[in-house]
This record gives sequence, C-alpha cells and structure tokens, in this order.
Amino acid sequence: MQARRFIPLLGFALLSLLLFRGLSLDPTALPAARLGQAFPEFAKPELRSGESIGVIDLKTRPALVNVWATWCYSCRIEHPYLLELAGAGVPIYGLNYKDDEAKARAWLAQLGDPYQLNIVDVEGTVGLDLGVYGAPETYVIDGDGTIVHRHVGILDKSTFHADFLTWFPSFGAPEASLTTRGSVAK
Amino acid sequence: MIPELGHLSLIIAFVLAVGLTVVPFWGTVRGSAAAMNLAPSLSIGILVFTATAFGLLAVSFLQDDFSVAVVAANSNSLLPPIFKFSALWGNHEGSLLLWVLILSSWMTAVAFLSRGLPLVMIARVLSVMGLIAVGFLAFSLLTSNPFERLLPNTPLDGSDLNPLLQDPGLIIHPPLLYMGYVGLSVPFAFAIAALIGGRLDASWARWSRPWTNVAWGFLTLGIMLGSWWAYYELGWGGWWFWDPVENASFMPWLMGTALVHSLAVTEKRGVFRSWTVLLAIFAFSLSLLGTFLVRSGVLTSVHAFAADPERGLFILVFLALVVGGSLLLYALRAPAVASRVAYEVVSRESLLMVNNLIFTVAATIVLLGTLFPLVMDALSLGKYSVGPPYFNAVFVPLMALLMPFMTFGPLARWRQDSPRRWLHELLVPAVAVAVLAPLLSVLLFDFNLWVALAFLLSGWVTLGVLKEAWHRLTVGAPGSLQWRRLSPSFLGMALAHMGFAAVVLGAVVVSQHSEEQDLRMAPGDSAELGGYRFEMTRISQQPGPNYVADQAAFLVTRGGERIATLTPEKRRYLASNQVMTEAAIDAGLLRDLYIALGEPIGEQAWAVRLQFKPMVRWLWIGAFFIGIGALVTVLDRRYRSQTVSGEVAGSVKGQGLGFAS
Repeated sequence: MQARRFIPLLGFALLSLLLFRGLSLDPTALPAARLGQAFPEFAKPELRSGESIGVIDLKTRPALVNVWATWCYSCRIEHPYLLELAGAGVPIYGLNYKDDEAKARAWLAQLGDPYQLNIVDVEGTVGLDLGVYGAPETYVIDGDGTIVHRHVGILDKSTFHADFLTWFPSFGAPEASLTTRGSVAK
Repeated sequence: MIPELGHLSLIIAFVLAVGLTVVPFWGTVRGSAAAMNLAPSLSIGILVFTATAFGLLAVSFLQDDFSVAVVAANSNSLLPPIFKFSALWGNHEGSLLLWVLILSSWMTAVAFLSRGLPLVMIARVLSVMGLIAVGFLAFSLLTSNPFERLLPNTPLDGSDLNPLLQDPGLIIHPPLLYMGYVGLSVPFAFAIAALIGGRLDASWARWSRPWTNVAWGFLTLGIMLGSWWAYYELGWGGWWFWDPVENASFMPWLMGTALVHSLAVTEKRGVFRSWTVLLAIFAFSLSLLGTFLVRSGVLTSVHAFAADPERGLFILVFLALVVGGSLLLYALRAPAVASRVAYEVVSRESLLMVNNLIFTVAATIVLLGTLFPLVMDALSLGKYSVGPPYFNAVFVPLMALLMPFMTFGPLARWRQDSPRRWLHELLVPAVAVAVLAPLLSVLLFDFNLWVALAFLLSGWVTLGVLKEAWHRLTVGAPGSLQWRRLSPSFLGMALAHMGFAAVVLGAVVVSQHSEEQDLRMAPGDSAELGGYRFEMTRISQQPGPNYVADQAAFLVTRGGERIATLTPEKRRYLASNQVMTEAAIDAGLLRDLYIALGEPIGEQAWAVRLQFKPMVRWLWIGAFFIGIGALVTVLDRRYRSQTVSGEVAGSVKGQGLGFAS
C-alpha cells in the first residue's frame, strides 16, 4: 500500500470541507464590514455633464446606487426594470464601472436613462473602495450616504419587493396577486 | 389522486433501489447466484416505477393540475402543450426526477446488454448504480418532492415557465446533458466493481469503454445544444460564458475526454490502469459536484436553480459518501504492481498520456476558476469573481499545445514509433497546410495571425486523420480500397477529431472576426455590416399563443441581391409579464447574420443590435461530429462480441451493421 494513493482522497476531503463551509456562506451577501459604513469618498466626472461629483451629491434621500457597464450582459436584462423604478420615482444613481464613456452614453441614449447621476469609474477605483465584485450590483444608501443594503446580480421586481421595500415603502404597490381557488369558494 | 400515485411510485422505486444496493452485493459476498441474479430484475423494477412517477408528473403538467406545487410554479394554462411537457424538467424537482429516470434507464441498459459479463461483475456494477439511485431518490423524496400539493390554496392558474426556457432547444438539452452526466456513472460503477473485485485488467477497460463513449457522446451533444441555445435565445450572440453552471457540465466533459482516451490505452496495452480507474472516479465525481454546485446555491450563476442550503447539505453528504468512499477504496485497492508492459517515449501511449495530462490539467483549471470565489469567501479574504479572461488565458494555450500532438495521434504506433516515420508520413502535406493556412485566412477574411494559426492547427489535425484513413484503405492491397478496414471505432475517432478541429476553427474565427453594431433604427433606415445591407422595412405587433410580440422586419441585401428577410421580435409574456428578445438569424456555413431588438426609442424607432458572426456554425457542427463520432465507436464488432451473448440478443444485434463485418 502506497501513501500517495491517498492523495486524491486527501484532496477530496479538503474540497468537501470547503464546500461545507460554502453552504453557510451567502455568495450574494456583502462583506459585513461594508454595511453601515459611509459610501466611500470619490471625485469622479459625471457621465452626461462631465462635471466632477462626489459623495455629497448622492446625499439627499434614500437612493439606489446601481453598478453597471455596457460590457455587462446582465445589465441589459436589468435595465428595463431600472427604467420602471425610475419612472415610479425611485432615485437611482449609476456607477458606470470600468467602462468606455462613449459607449455608456450611447447605451443610455438608446435604451433610456434611469439615472439621476452617473459616476464615471473608468479605473474601477470607486468600485474597489465599495467592494464591487461584478456588475450588476445595487446598493441602497440612506440620506446620509450610509450603505444600508447590497444586492448582487440582476435587480428585478421580486427582489425589489422582497428586500428593498424597507427603504422605499411607497413603491410597494401590491402585485396583481393570483386569485386562489380557496378564496373564491368561500 | 394522480400526484399521490406518482409519489407512491417514487417510494416503491426507492425501496427497490435499496434492495438493488443490498441484495446482489450480499450475493457477491456470499456467493449466492440467486441473490446476484436479482440485480437485473430489480433494475427494471426501478425503471418501471420511476418512469411511472415521471409519466404521472407529466400528466399533471399536461392537465394543468395547479394543485401540484411544481406545476403551479412552472406552467400555465396558456402554455403550448409541448412546453407544458418540457416544463417538467425546467425546475429543480422535476429535473431531479428526470435524473433518476435516466439513471434507471442506464441501469437497465447495463443489465440487459452485459449478459456476457461474469455474473459477479454485473451484480457489483448494478449494486453500485443502485446505491447512486438510492441517494438521488432519497434526495428527491426527502428534500424536493415533485408531487407536493398546494392545498387548499390552489391557484387558478400557474405562474408560467420561464420564457427563456420556452424553446425547442431547451426541450432536448437537459435530457441529453443528463444522459451524459448520469451515463458517466456506468464507467464509475465498473471501476468501483473492478476495485472491489481486485481485477483491473484489460477486460474491465473493454467493458467500460463503449458505455463511456456513449455517455461522453451524449454529454458532448448536450453541451453543444446548451451553447447553441444561449447563442440564439439570449439575444446577445455569445456562445460560451464560463458561467459556473456551464463549467459544471464542462468539467466532467474534460475529465471524460481524458477517460475515453485513457481507457483506449488500458484496453489495448494494459497500461495506465490505476490512472484510468482514477479518471473514471473523477469524471463521475465531477458530475456529482456539478449537481451540488448548481443546486446548493454556493455559487452565483445566471441559471442556478433556486438555492437551498438544506438540499446543498444533502448532496454534499451524499457526495462525501460516494466520492470519499470510492477514493478510499482506490487508495486501498488500486493495483499495487506497476504494469510491466513497456513502451518507448515516442509511441502512441506517450501521445495519449499527453492527451490525458492536458485534459486533466484543463479540468483542474476550470475547477479552480469555478471554486476560487468560494475559496476566497470561505477564508474570509473577500468576494471575487473569476471571468472569461482567466479561463481564456489558460485554456487557449492548452488547446493550442494539444493540437500538434493530436496530429500524430491517429497514425502513431503502439509501443514504439519514430519521429522520422512521422515526418516521412506528414512532412509534405504539413508544409502544404502551413502555406495554405495564411492564404485561406486572407481569402476568407482579412489576414489575422490567430486565424491563420487556427487554420494551421486544425488543418494538421484533419490531415493526421485523413492520412491514417488513407493508409488503412490502401496498405497491403495495391489498386483497391479496403473499406472494411475503416472500422467503426476508427471512423468514430476520425469524426470526433475532425469535429474538434472544426470547433477550434469556429471558435477562433468567430472571436477574431465578429462585427457588431448597436443602432437606433426606424422603418426605412438601413445600415451596413460585414458587406451586408440591413434595411428595416416595418415594425408591427404580432400575437403569439401566450405572448404578444413587437416584430421588426429587415430586408438583408448584398450588392443589391436579396439575401434574406429577418424578423426579430421582442416578446412580452402574458402570465409573468416578462420581456424576451427573440433574435432573428440568417445562418450560413461561413457566416451568421444576427439581429436582435433592444428597447423601443420613441414612436417607431428601436435600438437594434446587428451582428456578423463568421463561421460560428462550425462550433456546433464540430461538436455534433464529436458527439456522433463517440456514438459511432460502439458499433465496433469487438464490443458486440464482448458484451452480447445469447441467441436473442445476438439475432437483434446481427442486423443493420453489415458493413462492419
């Protein structure tokens, strides 16, 4: 019996430990350190106006900060829902992440622009400070610019209704609910 | 009543599976032929009852029984019947049932087609497969019962199948993929049976080989369909995303590729035995791991099933038992003596070893990339994502490295060969290809170094295969062609290798020469792309069975000559209110023209994405050939004579394959 025969078994044992640990982790959760902290300071140009903006420009009332880019396919899927939210009056700021400015402007011109402001983050430094790990991601900041929630992945109606209504209670118009047979019978 | 009958069938299948695991195995220990002989009947029993459960769930779907939770969540009364049926496996619970159904089909196939094998071997193999069935049936019954009812609050209508899945490609993609995934359990079971019996010889490899080839062929076809579906249905024109779920199917494929080749060496030459066994264990373990990754929610993916840690824990425990158990068995029982069969450095054995190394490394790399975010997260080092740049950076050089070896593979001799002979055989045509490759690249497209390189490598691989085919046809019989020398196993290999060359060529060309434009277009507008002129002629509303569509019509012309009329759509599905892009494609061998509608801009204008995709079809045609090639190999005579005995089976098998004998 040779010891090296046990190498695959050992490797697998390590892998199992890792997977077991993985079960109790939420891949979409924000590292806890970020929650409750202030949105990181930055000085970046705004996408449309080109003027320099900073955290101060985001501090008005609870708002979404949506990380997006034209290279991000999922962002394209997400986009119509952002338009819908913006139409309903939810303030949305954009973080145009590691993108090409001209392409980003063209995207908004074509698909519609749900954003109040758009932070141009070509080098991805704001994203780094924020702990962004891909697009799309959506943060909720309160009126003081404190990060209170993070969602990784596409923001859609069900996610918004499940996780975001705390901060935007007025947008929780009940969904057209399925009539149930039970209630009809009674 | 129907769902309850289905549930009952599933429970009976579970009990039978427990029986299959225990009784024949007990028979092998005690030497009881009667106990061992029960294995095939128990396998059929499991198949019958899982098929019944599957059929009853299908009936619930087709009858719009929204009191069944899965039906209510995944179907709708407006859904066309064919999609009501395929909605069965468009969700976690139903797809698990399909998994078990396919597993029991493989079991039954093994039981019936392996009558020539020693009884002890069959009993062990089926016992191992029975154990896997126990695990998955328990998984289904305990954590994901597909027959759960919504009583008394039964919805009047279902919330519809995800529109992305309402597509013909998605009707057959999961079954094919599962055929592959689950099929890898057969070589796994053979490997375990051989380890238990302590007999790892050439006959073990010969028994496993046809099963492995078939499973791997189905896996190839399944992955191909998935890629094709992503291309035309996601509206983006991409064909591979290195998404964790794609990787979950790709890893077993890579490991399976190594296994298919390693089995060949073990069968023919008796070498690499421990290694082959390990590959068989790895390949199926990776398909179990894939199941875990997809269904546990440990990784984020675009198309993961609803995440549920409890289910994750169940599969993980099962995974630990099955994989841990088999690796322990391997550690204790793998052949102690290195094989005494010698081979030279320059030989077919060595080339196949290179194949094994490259594909194992490739699978490891994909595994690392897929699990890296999880590792970093588990070690609290932060959140990461690993994207296409990583995979491409390591994958492309590996495949480029593989192809020169692949060129020599088919014509290399076992044991000992000489580079001089290879040069003698291939030098002139290889140089010819080297000259032709850049020329082709210039003629078809603008010159591009990568494309020229792809033509060169793919050309060489094809050449190696053709040269060997010619050699087989002509050698020793001047003036006549010996067609019968092209055995099914050679033809299958040739098809698969040339298919691989086509895939590489397609991948490189489409990556290098694709063109795309995002435009704002209204009826009357036109645009030029890749030498074609696209004119939007109208935009209109079209009703569908369960959606309404905005449909645009494009007239595509080239030099004034009409090429096609394309009608991309933007569909709004009524039940879920989801909006889907339905791209329109004019397909061709040398190029695809691809139009997808974006969002409406103003009254009549739309955002439109036009794409020119040269040779993208080669990807799927190539992959199709790989899959078909793998299936063709099992027609080879030596497998029939090995696996089939008895008059009934012999008479059935004896027909239709005349060309091979």
